[in-house]
Amino acid sequence: MKNALNRYVPEGYVPFESASAYKNKERKLIAPKKTSEGYETLGSISDMFDRLQIKDGMTLSFHHHLRNGDFVLNMVCEEIKRRGLKNMKLAPSSVFPGNAILAELIENENVTKLYTDYVNGPVADAICAGKLKELCEMHTHGGRPMAIESGALHIDVAVLGVPAVDKKGNGSGFSGQSACGSLGYAVSDLTYADKVVFVTDNIVDRIDNPQLDGKYVDYVLKVPAIGDPSGIVSGTTKITKDPVGLKIARNAAQLLDEIGLIKDGMSMQTGAGGTSLAVAYYVRNRMLEKGVKGSFASGGITGYFTDMLEEGLLDELYDVQCFDLKAVQSIGRNAAHHAMSGSKYANPFDDNVVDKLDFVILGATEIDLDFNVNVTTDSHGKIMGGSGGHSDTAHGAKVTVITTNLVKSRMPIIKEHVTTVTTPGEDVDVLVTERGIAINPRRTDLLEKLRNSRLPICTIEELLETAYGITGRPEKPAVTDVPVGVVVYRDGTVIDTIYKTK
Amino acid sequence: MKRGIAGSMESNDALITVKESDKLSVTVKSIVYDFFHEQIEKVIYDTLAERGIGNVEVICEDKGALDYTIKARLLTALDRMEG
Repeated sequence: MKNALNRYVPEGYVPFESASAYKNKERKLIAPKKTSEGYETLGSISDMFDRLQIKDGMTLSFHHHLRNGDFVLNMVCEEIKRRGLKNMKLAPSSVFPGNAILAELIENENVTKLYTDYVNGPVADAICAGKLKELCEMHTHGGRPMAIESGALHIDVAVLGVPAVDKKGNGSGFSGQSACGSLGYAVSDLTYADKVVFVTDNIVDRIDNPQLDGKYVDYVLKVPAIGDPSGIVSGTTKITKDPVGLKIARNAAQLLDEIGLIKDGMSMQTGAGGTSLAVAYYVRNRMLEKGVKGSFASGGITGYFTDMLEEGLLDELYDVQCFDLKAVQSIGRNAAHHAMSGSKYANPFDDNVVDKLDFVILGATEIDLDFNVNVTTDSHGKIMGGSGGHSDTAHGAKVTVITTNLVKSRMPIIKEHVTTVTTPGEDVDVLVTERGIAINPRRTDLLEKLRNSRLPICTIEELLETAYGITGRPEKPAVTDVPVGVVVYRDGTVIDTIYKTK
Repeated sequence: MKRGIAGSMESNDALITVKESDKLSVTVKSIVYDFFHEQIEKVIYDTLAERGIGNVEVICEDKGALDYTIKARLLTALDRMEG
């Protein structure tokens, strides 16, 4: 079966129709898990498997707030391996290179199903090699909470790393040796899993305003460390020094100003990549020049945004995940720096933050003539990431800007057709490259506003020809027709299929 | 045996090694092999033809270099071999 973008959809999945098709659907909510006073203490990971009777075929979920420093997913994988469990289904919100043991479990069919929002490293390689028995389902950060709350993704046990747990079982990421800030992606798992275990290295007397409510917690396990602090948050995230990236960022900021988005009450989100942060830097300068004050920034928060908050350039920050140490420090200190859940961030059926965004600055591995964006695979079709919040913010924001080099290591970033669709072109408005800026022809309003602009505005077809002029026309790589995964759009439909690589 | 090397393994560059040989052989390894190997081979053969060189062993380890970079690296490698 084909979906509305003419992409193959494997049997048993609902084909993608459009980015706003969810508006005609009803929100489906299963009953939240039973609440209780207090919790039981576990002695070890092995004790957890015994007491919770974790057995073949169960679904275990995890969050990725400890990022590449995470020990919790690996500890559970070690125990699955030791016990020789089979056909386990895992739902980590993201998978990093540090989770290499999971690739081994996939190869040996201890784990046969994976649900995640982002995956790179050895686990991605194992999926692409066709080692995972069932299709990998790649969600978005907003689609995952939707799948959990609707019962589409049923979790037997949520095993959640929590940097601070109090005597009532309340959890927070703000303090402790493994502090990572907001624990937004853990909230749906906490609320809807059959059983919830907090794994912590830091028990405290009391947490005020905890992000994770202790009433849902069944068990707490104390271990020496839930993660390696050096892998949990980067010390600082920095803006690019590359003159090409800076030019792209300057032009993006200029464009945002010309279309009238740098104004009092403005709201924004950028990624943590060097060029995205450079856009934030130039936008900040424009705000200072114009004496403008913004309402909020959201998403994965970096020190650039906490600085803007503390300088009074932004009223509030809505933070689902802290990207650097400065953000972790700020969230515990600034009352206007709010931790939010993944659902509040981007669930299409929640009163979410992305829908209130004026603009978002995003990256792309590939973008095509229809403005479809790929951040899931490379041009060989090999998985190297995933949507995360890409398609959620692209849909919510009034203006979605993609910033990228036109050519990276001889590969033109613009394609006639992207290898894999992550975000549909209907939600992508502007592409800024160092050789020119293309506006999605659907956005006649933006084209009108930019009619007298001195920015280098052209069509995306012209940009493609410019790229080919530099690199030559690429040949088509050989691909297989064996599906290994599906890209699940935020409404639960399938927007594209990922294939086994050669 | 005479040989020459030019370039680097940095992104957007290529490391080209040429060796004296009694026949022509060209080996291309590239991060964009599936997309551009024919064009990379063509620029190498064309450059050798321009120089009038028939018998040489060329090894190109490419990290996404554009044609003019590959040509410049090859010419320098040849100069270094002959120098």
